[in-house]
Amino acid sequence: MASTGMKQGTNGWEPRIVAFFCNWCTYTAADLAGVSRLRHAPNARVIRVMCSGRLDPQFVLDAFARGADGVLVGGCHPGDCHYMEGNYKALRRVRLLQRMMKDMGIHEDRFRLEWISASEGEKVKTTINTMTERVRALGPLGLPERFAEWDEEMDGLAHAIAAQEEAVHA
Amino acid sequence: MPETNGHDAPRVGFYVCHCGHNIAGIVDVAEVARFAGTLPNVIVARDYKYMCSDPGQELIITDIREHRLNRIVVASCSPLLHEHTFRVATEKGGLNPFYFQMVNIREDVSWVTENHDAATHKALDLVRAAVRRVAHHRSLATKHVRIHPDVLVVGAGISGIHAALTLANAGKKVTLVEREPTIGGHMAMFDKTFPTLDCAACILTPKMSAVKNHPNITLWSYSEVSEVSGYVGSYTVKVKRKPRFVSEELCVGCMECIDACVYKEGKTPDEFNQGLSKRKPVYIPFPQATPQVVLIDPDTCIEFKSGRCKKTCVEKCDRNAIDFKQKEEIKEIQVGTIILATGFKTFDPKRIPYYGYGKYPNVYSSLEVERLVNASGPTGGDLVLRDGRHPKTVGIIHCVGSRDRNTNRWCSRTCCMYSLKLAHLLKEHSEAEVYNFYIDIRAAGKAYEEFYDKLLEENIHFIRGRVAEVTDWSARPEEEGKMIIRVEDTLIGVVRRVPVDMVVLAVGMEPQADSQDVRRMFNISCSTEGFFLERHPKLAPVDTFTDGIFIAGACQGPKDIPDSVAQAGAAAAQALSLIDAGEVELEPNTAYVVEESCSGCKSCLNICPYTAITRDETRQKAFINEALCKGCGTCVATCPSGAIRQNLFEDEQIFSEIEGLLQEKESVLTGGGAWRAPA
Repeated sequence: MASTGMKQGTNGWEPRIVAFFCNWCTYTAADLAGVSRLRHAPNARVIRVMCSGRLDPQFVLDAFARGADGVLVGGCHPGDCHYMEGNYKALRRVRLLQRMMKDMGIHEDRFRLEWISASEGEKVKTTINTMTERVRALGPLGLPERFAEWDEEMDGLAHAIAAQEEAVHA
Repeated sequence: MPETNGHDAPRVGFYVCHCGHNIAGIVDVAEVARFAGTLPNVIVARDYKYMCSDPGQELIITDIREHRLNRIVVASCSPLLHEHTFRVATEKGGLNPFYFQMVNIREDVSWVTENHDAATHKALDLVRAAVRRVAHHRSLATKHVRIHPDVLVVGAGISGIHAALTLANAGKKVTLVEREPTIGGHMAMFDKTFPTLDCAACILTPKMSAVKNHPNITLWSYSEVSEVSGYVGSYTVKVKRKPRFVSEELCVGCMECIDACVYKEGKTPDEFNQGLSKRKPVYIPFPQATPQVVLIDPDTCIEFKSGRCKKTCVEKCDRNAIDFKQKEEIKEIQVGTIILATGFKTFDPKRIPYYGYGKYPNVYSSLEVERLVNASGPTGGDLVLRDGRHPKTVGIIHCVGSRDRNTNRWCSRTCCMYSLKLAHLLKEHSEAEVYNFYIDIRAAGKAYEEFYDKLLEENIHFIRGRVAEVTDWSARPEEEGKMIIRVEDTLIGVVRRVPVDMVVLAVGMEPQADSQDVRRMFNISCSTEGFFLERHPKLAPVDTFTDGIFIAGACQGPKDIPDSVAQAGAAAAQALSLIDAGEVELEPNTAYVVEESCSGCKSCLNICPYTAITRDETRQKAFINEALCKGCGTCVATCPSGAIRQNLFEDEQIFSEIEGLLQEKESVLTGGGAWRAPA
């Protein structure tokens, strides 16, 4: 797919990953990674929610639509949810959404769900690192630019049709 | 509390913290402040050395008043650490505390990022997101819940005992639950305690009987917590009371039934004596066991196995205390706070086969030696080996299952000192030559180093090196019939073979085998090693991430008796402070229904794990019981009409955060995105 507005190539381009972390397990684990000074890729931007069950599929779609190259969701391990089963709800939604996004042409590696407990600072590091690498390999998703392009195309078509109609009426 | 300025146009005060060099060393804080100043709605943007300090907080308070700010954003450490601090400052300035948003640029940025530019860039994105988010914040009222004054203490080792007594002495009703038939835990098994060498039983048993006799303590031994529900201030706990087959009310602990048992000699390895002696099917763990009540082990009792025993024990008991039909009971109690003091398990030395435990009879674990040198132990304190000999040479191997990449990497903290103590006791009991094989001697503690000094003068040998192997393969005549400890003496740089009669393995401390099940039941977390995780390693060492649940003693990590007791006291004090406050503030992050949008579809009803959502049948709308809602937000994401919303995590707050994170230039993409949620 041609994309004019998108930043081309990998020169200077860095993947942007939006991460939704649950307060009790994964956010705490990310804090632990910090306290343990586990340096990792600076590409993930964390949004804290109380539970991965709070993850509205629209958050994920919105993030992609606004220019995220990847979305990461972190929740408690199965059986460990602070709210008993919110992570199972997240799992169902994510599975469904992954299927949908595949149909939309968004590569599955761009959207990842990971169970990370409060003690797994190391896993925060490896998850962010591996995800960044995978997304980097896929290149920019650039949805906002594609939207702009499509809008332009639509405008062009609209203009052409208007011109045609004008010609007919004239 | 002023509720006004929330509806006015947002006037944001922004503050970025240097945290000394912690943040400012990596993130260009001046640039962050400058950038924040260019963002819409930002009136004041400052950087300051320590925002959490009094002058830092004072900055916020003064600015709110001088610049009529109505929103505050602080970029500093994790909100789990200082969100409360800054909310309080926001409130002191005259705003509702929830007009505050925190940006984590320490744990999430400066501490995990190598590159200065990348770190600053990340910080800017996070700041932009927070400034956008805070515009959507609303004034909220904190919820208050009452604290039930009763306390549950789980585990009755020295930590649980001390916590229970502290609370009971303060007039609180305590239920103390212990899994084993007696309270006392590991400490009851120890002979003497370092560095004072006072006998463990002499200092512990008075506390054990104080527990038994305290009017405010209900002691349930031989019992386990089976279910926990509720929340801070109001926990419902189910406790399984295992059958002892002896009535606790009737038994007076005369132990005549034990003598009368048809078994003349014990046949079952005695758990309390680490299997160094045998017990009968009817037994009491040790003479000062508390409660002083015998129990019957159904796995070995003839009556249980065949139903044809003469039941001499029943005949002998003139109080008719023995009841073969006793059943397991489930008790339910209400408490407001819970202290977990479930202790540790010792490392199983069989996991290191080259030290010969279980292969050579005269290789002992340190806990076995505690019983062996104890005057009320299996040999009455006579240091006699499994093969009947008295040892002339003893080798104590330190760090077994500690500081070892193959087993456990952590230092168990107690083994150096108890090894020194055992060295002293073994010398005292046997006049044997005692060798310590150590990596480092860690004697950090009051009077600990002095104790080590004293031992150096007692002619006890210290060889620095990790032992490679314990073997019975003798290479020289003087090694015949002995075990040979092979070790590199790293101080003189030679490999040595030290023949000994007895090997003591100083085993480390590990989490209890079922610590994962227990933490799930109480909804708390474990650290990587499996010990219970404290809320903050320094500032909240006995709190957990679940309000109202505290941890004390070795369940949190290896520690000795003084530290365990100190932590137990701290946990009791934390519980007391909640109880005496009478109520606790809860985060107002509950969900609520916007009735106009609710179609009454019932999608949310089954989603809620707390059954907080019901359907008002007359109005055909969902209704959320705020008292039951715990604020996970799962129903919010479920509602197909966007009719359920969550305080503190409103859709537009999260959408604006996403927008802020991804908006590289201020001008790109304003207003609704492609899949913008209905407002």
